[in-house]
Amino acid sequence: MRIPCPFCGSRDSREFVYRGDAAPARPTDGGLGADGEPMFDYVYLRDNPIGELEEFWYHAQGCRNWLRVVRDTRSHMISAAVLGAGHATGGQA
Amino acid sequence: MSGSSFRLPVGGLIDRTRPLTFTFDGKSYGGYSGDTLASALLANGVRLVGRSFKYHRPRGILTAGSEEPNALVTLRSGARAEPNTRATTIELYAGLEATSQNRWPNLDFDLLSVNQLLSPIFVAGFYYKTFMWPAKAWEKLYEPLIRRAAGLGALSGQEDPDHYEHDHAFCDLLVVGAGPAGLTAALTAAKAGLRVVLADEAPLAGGALLGERHVIDGMGGAEWAAARIAELRAMPNVRVLSRTVVFGRYDDGEHGAIERVADHLPQPAPHQVRQRLWKIVAAHTIMATGATERPLVFDGNDRPGVMLAGAVSTYINRFGVVPGDRAVVFAAADSGWQTAADLIAAGAEVKAVIDARPTVADALVAPVRAAGVPILLSGQVVATKGKRLHTVHAIDGAGAKHRFSVDLLAMAGGWNPQVALAAHLGHKPAWRSDISAYAVGEMPVGLRAAGAADSIPGLGAVLASGHRAAVAVVEAMGGKPPETLPPVAEDRPEAVSPVWSSGPCTGKAFVDYQHDVTASDIDLAVREGFTSVEHLKRYTTLGMATDQGRVGQVNGHGLLAAATGRGIAETGTIRARPPVQPVAIGAFGGHHRGRHFRPTRQTASHGWSTAQGATFVDAGQWKRAQWFARLGETSWRQSTDREVMMTRGGVGICDVSTLGKIELIGPDVGTLLDRLYVNTFSTLAIGKARYGMMLREDGMAFDDGTVTRFAEDRFFMTTTTANAARVMQHVDFARQVLWPDLDAQAVSVTEQWATYAVAGPASRQLLAAAFPDLDLSNAALPYMGALSFRWQGRAARLYRLSFSGELAYEVSVPADLGEALVRHLFAVGARYEVVPYGTEALGVMRIEKGHPAGNELNGTTTAADLGLGRMMSTKKDFIGRAMAMRPALVDPARPRLVGLIPVNGQSQIRGGAHLLAPGAAAVAANDEGYVTSACYSPTLGHPIALALLVRGDERHGQHVVVHDPVRGEDVLAKVVAPVFHDPSGEKLRG
Ligand SMILES: [Zn+2]
Repeated sequence: MRIPCPFCGSRDSREFVYRGDAAPARPTDGGLGADGEPMFDYVYLRDNPIGELEEFWYHAQGCRNWLRVVRDTRSHMISAAVLGAGHATGGQA
Repeated sequence: MSGSSFRLPVGGLIDRTRPLTFTFDGKSYGGYSGDTLASALLANGVRLVGRSFKYHRPRGILTAGSEEPNALVTLRSGARAEPNTRATTIELYAGLEATSQNRWPNLDFDLLSVNQLLSPIFVAGFYYKTFMWPAKAWEKLYEPLIRRAAGLGALSGQEDPDHYEHDHAFCDLLVVGAGPAGLTAALTAAKAGLRVVLADEAPLAGGALLGERHVIDGMGGAEWAAARIAELRAMPNVRVLSRTVVFGRYDDGEHGAIERVADHLPQPAPHQVRQRLWKIVAAHTIMATGATERPLVFDGNDRPGVMLAGAVSTYINRFGVVPGDRAVVFAAADSGWQTAADLIAAGAEVKAVIDARPTVADALVAPVRAAGVPILLSGQVVATKGKRLHTVHAIDGAGAKHRFSVDLLAMAGGWNPQVALAAHLGHKPAWRSDISAYAVGEMPVGLRAAGAADSIPGLGAVLASGHRAAVAVVEAMGGKPPETLPPVAEDRPEAVSPVWSSGPCTGKAFVDYQHDVTASDIDLAVREGFTSVEHLKRYTTLGMATDQGRVGQVNGHGLLAAATGRGIAETGTIRARPPVQPVAIGAFGGHHRGRHFRPTRQTASHGWSTAQGATFVDAGQWKRAQWFARLGETSWRQSTDREVMMTRGGVGICDVSTLGKIELIGPDVGTLLDRLYVNTFSTLAIGKARYGMMLREDGMAFDDGTVTRFAEDRFFMTTTTANAARVMQHVDFARQVLWPDLDAQAVSVTEQWATYAVAGPASRQLLAAAFPDLDLSNAALPYMGALSFRWQGRAARLYRLSFSGELAYEVSVPADLGEALVRHLFAVGARYEVVPYGTEALGVMRIEKGHPAGNELNGTTTAADLGLGRMMSTKKDFIGRAMAMRPALVDPARPRLVGLIPVNGQSQIRGGAHLLAPGAAAVAANDEGYVTSACYSPTLGHPIALALLVRGDERHGQHVVVHDPVRGEDVLAKVVAPVFHDPSGEKLRG
């Protein structure tokens, strides 16, 4: 598999470390509000979709950027890859 | 032809000026450069080459290519012996040594052929039925029996003496196959300026052109191929990989290929690799892999002397070998008639051409009839006879019986396009009833088929399809196709009408030759309800041999369709998976074997430590000095105890360069560190260091280390050796993803600094002597202080940190000065009797001091478990804070870090032993924790340990039983605080 790193270009996936689903967002209050649920969801709950999934990959043997990569779980086709701070689908780029 | 030679006096692509000798089963034979082992054996009249897998039936050579299921031999001997090698792909070299397999005591007389008589029990599914009960007999009786009786060649059991390597190639277009379509495609794309890789499994380009008689652009087919490959090799934008099998297609245009660099040589030249594993990344791929011929299914279709018609033509035209004097051709496809013509031209006596079809094109029939050969239309071969084929029984369209005395039977059952590469990503091939074969169906992005692989009939059309595919790629790449036209050749008739079975048979009609699957096995499977292709495969093992069903699969599925009354398209086919041909494990390993299995990281003091008698231990990829044995010391304990005592009594030096090191720069680094660690760093004073603990987001302890502030916006972090890479990743995730608004940069400098711990009461004196310009007084450099200085004109750093519990420092210089520094410290330190100490002494001193390390930071402990709960700030968010507050993680009944001392003062406590309340039964329900780290404390003169004990912090002074049923007896131990040495910390502040 090849990953189009926005910084390095198309690179072998073996240069990357996989983290997983990029959808869960860390609660802005660090989960310290009255209800602990948001933090629990962030740490443990993941969807397991068939189709496009936005996920984190770390270019450990390259530019050391965390990427958000949109990969189709059926075909491994990658439709987008942006630096981790942005959003690969919608939202701010 | 004379005597036993089946070699034609002229013709073929062999080099008759280079005769070679070789041995098969110890007997010497002659051949020529350009032969395969198979063609050379056939030239010498050798027909019997192996025994079959299950029934030990005599087998010969069926094909002339890599799909060969029968003629598997062991090539070479000793450590280089390679079992299950296809005689049809082995290039002959001087002194080649091959032996037959799967026979005992010898090939001609094989006692295990008695299996044929037992064949009623060896039918499909026999593993499941016959050897069901009793289960115990499997291990002791059945399995060894089956393994001896059924099995192919054996491995040598010796280390592979050859070398392998990996290489990568990137191109615009990969063309797989250098036959007429592949050569045309590669040349067309290359002329348009594309970067082209052309890979072909054979040593000679040309594919089917080498085995057939054709004229292209007025040249002979082989001559045309030689001219084209020479043209391609001369182009700077083309890489030609011959003897290279593209065995798999993976995501994003990645291909695996194996280049057989030296398999055609007696042995690789010095420093030459045997095989090279390629990863080829291609924007576009043209699959010009051709087609392979199908056998016909009839009783005795496996006898030595029964061959595929295309193979017969190849042996005649490419190798100048006629595989028989008296032949019958049995065809269901037009190509069989070409073989008849080849046989006639080569001077063989063709006794008959039998075609299962009622009508055949006149153009094919006329020359055969003109040669006086009897022709049986609507005919069928019903049986053969002979350990080496001698008789063919057939019936004609009127049902009349015919008997032919022959030594060769050529079968032309039609052609299967080689489309496996298109299926590796899950795309399914499509059944084409017009050619009676599975052809390319849905295709992965970037892959095109051309020529026979794309079911194109006729050479002229094949050449045009190669050209067309390349033009499409050039256009897709935004290029301009060259104005050349495709080469010109005539098309011949290529009609086929499949015959899945020649009617009822009383004997064995083979479908999968390599696994001895017969037509009746398929009938049986259907009767027993295994009617899906995947069930059929597993029940009969059809297509599960090393040829992956390339020869027999379609026939098997045709028979299945016929038996179930379904169409073949509806019956479906199994999924093809890589590799398309077997690949040596050694090639996947490449250089990564023995000490090159993974990198070895040495610290700057490695050479110096070696000279000091260090014994090294692996710490991840690092080599760390474990202890330094002195003259007269006979055990690691002796050396370690001495190192501890001399350090605590004077001064010792330990290389701690392997600790992870991260430099952080930016105005917001303090804030970032506050979120990474449980404790606070934004308030750390410049020139000060602080111990820190990081959690995972789930609240468990992750890593610990120190952070030193060298400037308002400049911090330096250390991590444990084991977690260096993971912490770097974690820091990057925090600053890039979680809090991208923070202005903080981070970079790993683990390998940039060499660092030495200088510990012991004399450490200050030693360093003062080593660096006379520095003020090392307690006021200038107090405990947890740090300073930057210059040594030998370079940046250096001195930290007052202590892992040992003594007055101690860590001194860092650029890694290239590391060896000079260690030599300097020991030269200066001689007067203080400075001692080098290794990881064992380091470990003993940290246990004596109660510092948690990897054994305690084991992924199941919280900061509170380790006695560090009070470090956790309540004034800020940090990673892991919320989850660390979960009820189960703050439960006072959790195991907590304690120290243990044997009550008798001498019994050894072992790491991993479990803890029980005195008197409690040794059952899991009574388990109260376990020993994490244990050692003999030379400082205290008795064994000590760290352990995680339920409510341990409330139980100091109580007794527990240390239970170790595997390695030793129970030990009664006293629970103490987990700091054995200098609990008040006076020494390290002194
Ligand atoms: Zn990158």
